[in-house]
Amino acid sequence: MSATTPYLKPGLAKPVAAGDGLDAPFWDGLKEGKLVLQRCNGCGKFQWGPEWVCHRCHSLDLGWAETSTEGILYSHQRIWHPVHPALAEQGPYIVALVELPAADNVRIIGNLVGDPMQPLEIGSAVRAVFEHHPDDDPPHTLLQWEVV
Amino acid sequence: MSDRTLRGKVAVAGVAETEYYKWGRSPDPEFKLAIQAILKACENAGVDPRDIDGFSSYSNDRSDASRMSAALGCKELSFASMQWGGGGGGGSGAVANAAAAIATGQAECVVVFRALAQGQFGRFGQGPRSKVVSGPAAHTLPYGLMSAAHQFAMKVNRYMHDHGVRQEALRAISLAAYHHAQANPRAVMHGRPLDEAKYDESRWIVEPFHLFDCCLENDGAAAMVLVSAERAKDFPHPPCYLLGAVSGSQHRAGATVHNTPEYASSSFPTVAPRLYNMAQVGPADVDVLQSYENFTGGVMMSIVEHGFCTAEEVNDFLTYDNLVAPSGKLPLNTSGGNLAECYMHGLGLNIEAVRQIWGQSTSQVPGAEISMVTSGPMVTPVSCCIFGSEATL
Repeated sequence: MSATTPYLKPGLAKPVAAGDGLDAPFWDGLKEGKLVLQRCNGCGKFQWGPEWVCHRCHSLDLGWAETSTEGILYSHQRIWHPVHPALAEQGPYIVALVELPAADNVRIIGNLVGDPMQPLEIGSAVRAVFEHHPDDDPPHTLLQWEVV
Repeated sequence: MSDRTLRGKVAVAGVAETEYYKWGRSPDPEFKLAIQAILKACENAGVDPRDIDGFSSYSNDRSDASRMSAALGCKELSFASMQWGGGGGGGSGAVANAAAAIATGQAECVVVFRALAQGQFGRFGQGPRSKVVSGPAAHTLPYGLMSAAHQFAMKVNRYMHDHGVRQEALRAISLAAYHHAQANPRAVMHGRPLDEAKYDESRWIVEPFHLFDCCLENDGAAAMVLVSAERAKDFPHPPCYLLGAVSGSQHRAGATVHNTPEYASSSFPTVAPRLYNMAQVGPADVDVLQSYENFTGGVMMSIVEHGFCTAEEVNDFLTYDNLVAPSGKLPLNTSGGNLAECYMHGLGLNIEAVRQIWGQSTSQVPGAEISMVTSGPMVTPVSCCIFGSEATL
């Protein structure tokens, strides 16, 4: 599903694909509402973050594949102290580390949307929320999560 | 026994630090701070600075070795080494690199140093201000995961969840450091004691880190002079030998976007056994520990991964009484450490470990013979080392 409002106040750095193109399919996928991760064409396993070689089989033939947007809350943090001017009036916010069982248990980072004071339980089922910023410069989409 | 060891081959001739300042308060630029610390360490050792022929540092220290050698008029430069990796993970690694150079005949007199002037070069505890971000940081920074505290809090939360660790264990680490800082006039937090209530009432930085779980940010410099063991008795201190020094991290600790397989870890599981093997001691032999505190949670995991207690024993073992000198089971961070003495990227911990062997700590552990340092938990590479008195050889 897609978010109706951004989770964090505007002003943080916006993500762009790496200059060497390593993670471009991921960011392109998010804009289309898809979770697309690196998957090795040699051994068929997902790996994340992206790299130029498969750490399992050393294949250099790394492909990309869409995967499920359902995950498990692997760890979390509720952040209080603002370390960026954009967050000065933010108040507490939550960063989640999400494990993706359908993608060989790779992990990915996002915010956990909803009440910033919600109870946080490792192992909770979560699902992706696509936060589109089509009018930003540059346009981009953030991958957020919510407890199911 | 293999001779591929540093055990007993290198000695510490002298140590020193500049005055320690709050971040941005140094009256001097960073390179001048480094010079001051190195000159003081040479004076402490009774060594002519011109005889320094090697420099070893870490965390991309900006005070270039060749410039330093020229500035000090050193006779020649034989060794210049920079340990890869950010943060304080290279503190003991820089000691290891310097010692390896000496032990293998590459250099005679190597200075290990670290200098920081955050007023001159920007603070650690702030997020980047760029408009766009790419690479691994693009997968964290737009979500507000941007400081060192954010980088590590989820490791500690996961560990505390998995092992039932209570906040009081982290608090004890902070209380011990502040207690020791009250005896140390060099400490930035000297005269500013901490108690349980003040800790509990302090604001969250990021859960599970209160303000007092986080290291300071400071300006200053620290330096150590290392020489071969044959010269250990030529200096105005009791001999202090390096028994072991190693660095590294476990399988794929550097996997990006928080994908290291053994996530809830201080990065020492494979490193600590190599240290004990080289030093030929075990955790029960260690008299006093200086354990790098970027955040208390990293100290907690370092202590477990170095075998001082099990994960399930943390709540019982990490108590104020157990961690304070002189009577605690494991006196910890006896200068005040990064929490309360100074954040000199942890090199102050190595200096304090040497002072314990010399009997010169402001919170001395009586008869300390084996003195250990763990540097930079949760980053990669991390490092650790053990110093010993003459009796331990």
